[in-house]
Amino acid sequence: MSELLEINSLSKSFGGFAALTDVTLAIAEGERFGLIGPNGSGKTTLINCVSGMLRNEAGSIRFSGEEVRRLPAYQRTRRGIARSFQIPRPFRSMTVLENLLVPYQYVGHLRDDEARAQALEVLRDLGLSQKAEALSSTLSQVELRKLELARAMAARPKLLISDEAMAGLSGSEVDEVLKILFDLNAKGITVIMIEHIMQAVMRFSQRVVCLDAGRIICEGAPESIVKEPEVQRAYLGA
Amino acid sequence: MKFWIGAALALAIGVGLPLLPVNEYVFYAGYVVLTYVVLATAWNILGGYAGYVNFGPPAFFGIGAYAAVVLFKWLGAPLGVQIAGAAFMGGAMGFGVGLLTLRLRGIFFAIATVAIIFIMETLMVNWRYVGGATGLQLLRPQVELYASYTRMLFAVIAVMAVASVAIARYVQESWIGRGLRALRDSEEAAEGCGVPTLRLKLVACTLSGALMGAAGAPMPMYLSFIEPASTFNLAYTIGSLGSAIIGGMSHWAGPIVGAILLGSLQQIITVTISNEMNVLVVGVLLVVFVVAAPEGILGLFRKVLGRTSK
Repeated sequence: MSELLEINSLSKSFGGFAALTDVTLAIAEGERFGLIGPNGSGKTTLINCVSGMLRNEAGSIRFSGEEVRRLPAYQRTRRGIARSFQIPRPFRSMTVLENLLVPYQYVGHLRDDEARAQALEVLRDLGLSQKAEALSSTLSQVELRKLELARAMAARPKLLISDEAMAGLSGSEVDEVLKILFDLNAKGITVIMIEHIMQAVMRFSQRVVCLDAGRIICEGAPESIVKEPEVQRAYLGA
Repeated sequence: MKFWIGAALALAIGVGLPLLPVNEYVFYAGYVVLTYVVLATAWNILGGYAGYVNFGPPAFFGIGAYAAVVLFKWLGAPLGVQIAGAAFMGGAMGFGVGLLTLRLRGIFFAIATVAIIFIMETLMVNWRYVGGATGLQLLRPQVELYASYTRMLFAVIAVMAVASVAIARYVQESWIGRGLRALRDSEEAAEGCGVPTLRLKLVACTLSGALMGAAGAPMPMYLSFIEPASTFNLAYTIGSLGSAIIGGMSHWAGPIVGAILLGSLQQIITVTISNEMNVLVVGVLLVVFVVAAPEGILGLFRKVLGRTSK
């Protein structure tokens, strides 16, 4: 498998605080990749740098062989990097269907009728078709999480970054979201999962990286990484 | 189709009514009301659709008015050329201001737009060619077809009002409008959906500035006079922003409803009570609408219709 995302010596500071220090990692095409670490370890900062929400970082971010570090976020989305947000950010004045029309129009450049047909298909796949005409501000927590993923899918990504898509969900809802992510990966989409629910990360990921205080402290298969003393120390403070 | 029938009807009334023997005051007051329709519609493109509250309409309106005066004094340009020049200057200023300020958000953007009013006013106060602080008297040219210059200006501003509403409607219903709504709801999520947020905001700011500039062009001839204090008056901010809030900001029709209601009410109060009372009435109305009906009159209609259909 060739590398889809290559991050080299990435560092990002906020004033005097180093949120990321010299992070280097590569993610292969079609991989299911888990990113873990305690609160404040730099996970969201890392994906904000990858997706373009944060800029002016040092180092290199190559996507599909192209340096994307200087590109604005919308250009990175158009090249195939899509993400969901930790705290769902639906377009609240729009219906669920309209939420999906935005990426279809701006990334896929589809006509309205084509975009609607494809959006309805995605909503059906995710079990949201009955809510298509509902205002997104009326959705439940799990529906909002699904909408985030549906909207990311509508951007036709090569790489999907799922930022704590299961936070606050019940066990069965976690299973639902996990199934969606597995299905997406089966379609060839590379997935980065950032999650605090360790069982979900262990079930989903082929490879896991653990961050602590902005540095990679450990990398490996899910079953081995939880046994690493450094990971246990980072989580438990032992 | 309904929209275009309505627009044609409005145009016919706007251009045809001044030809009829109607009291001159109707056109004198109607001109001001229609100016607010243009200003509020223009304001809503950036403020309503994109959610960027612009307190600077007087700056755009004023630069349009002064551009018209310069073109008239320098070249003797006809009103059509003055309006085109004013729209260009307003649009250019919108683009420039947007480039400098649109990375700011919320209150910071709003404050930056207030500063532009004072910068423009100071520039005009110190420019003797356009009369400086004391202002400039203007002699209206001869008018054909219509019985008076005021009637002709009413017809012109009516055409501009219809055109600005058509532009705002196009923006709202096109991909631009969807992108602006997306960035109003969440700028980060919009970027994450491939929306070029800065570029769209610049388009909105330029278009909004051009329409406000155009609205200012006929004003010096309407008053036969121009001076900085009244041209860069904050009343234009309150009028445009207030009309959009009272009418409803989420739809192109909102600013029309708000401007006609607010503008007419102001004219009635000015004649029957006093000019100062205007400000009080606008203030009270704004407070009432912000508290009780934040989605404006259109929002109230939607709620009532929603209830009756259930």
